[in-house]
Amino acid sequence: MVDKIKLARQFIEAIPHAKALGLELTHIGAGEAEISMPYNTDLIGDPRTGVIHGGAVSAMLDTCCGAAVMSHPSAPGGTATIDLRIDYMRAATPGQTITTKATCYHITRNVAFVRATAMDEDADRPVATAAGAFTVEGK
Amino acid sequence: MPRPRPEPMQVVKQRRDAALKALVEGVPYIRFLDISFDRRGDELTGVLNFDDKLIGNPFLPAIHGGVTAAFLEVTAIITLSWAHLFPQIESGEVNPEDILNDARMRFPKTIDFTVDYLRSGLPRDAYARAFISRSGRRYASVRVEAWQDNHAKLFAQATGHFLMPQPRVTEG
Repeated sequence: MVDKIKLARQFIEAIPHAKALGLELTHIGAGEAEISMPYNTDLIGDPRTGVIHGGAVSAMLDTCCGAAVMSHPSAPGGTATIDLRIDYMRAATPGQTITTKATCYHITRNVAFVRATAMDEDADRPVATAAGAFTVEGK
Repeated sequence: MPRPRPEPMQVVKQRRDAALKALVEGVPYIRFLDISFDRRGDELTGVLNFDDKLIGNPFLPAIHGGVTAAFLEVTAIITLSWAHLFPQIESGEVNPEDILNDARMRFPKTIDFTVDYLRSGLPRDAYARAFISRSGRRYASVRVEAWQDNHAKLFAQATGHFLMPQPRVTEG
């Protein structure tokens, strides 16, 4: 189990786009994952406000959901997104780190179901939530 | 009454291209992903210029699902903004250079966005086109499709809802 978690962490850190976004895996295991992304001016979506683009938040949520699937005890190996829906509640506060938490709440032989939330430093008001279905790939 | 003479082609093209350039190049995240837009009249096609940093699975390799989602979302927002701004750019109400400085100009805000992943994104350029299903005063519904080598074989599609920028109410 420990090896699998270590492997998942290495896998996430080996993703070129996760590196480009500056993603950091802060927790993983038993179908749950937490990833954080420090504020980066390259990811601004509206130069007048300095707010991070929704697309960068989507990329984080997708990565986090995938990590949650791979860490699930019943998942044999890799995964790919089948579909992902994202609801945007509010703009992330400029200058703050964004943290996403994902839970793989159900898994079958072929499909994993995942929910995730994105938060900035105000943990009471989510920035975005996601719900998706992922493939379950063999080793 | 004689019809007014149409504007010279260069004038029309220069105005439209300058407006599109201002809209797209002013956004850091669009530059980060290196997305550009081809324009034919008022019709836009998003182009995701491939780079290794867009890879999500280094073993296949394949474009990151989050990049695909972001590319589709950027194409939807730019297409929607462009449709919203186009009449004002054409009438001369909005100066292309002022698009990103003008406080009245706002991007539509994403309410929700759902992406279907149909195939893995190959490590090469991708294209996307957005279709505005409905655009009202407050809300808009947009469908986006993305392909690579063959337009008939989409690798992803999405639908989303957007909150349109509201005109500022001037009190007085």
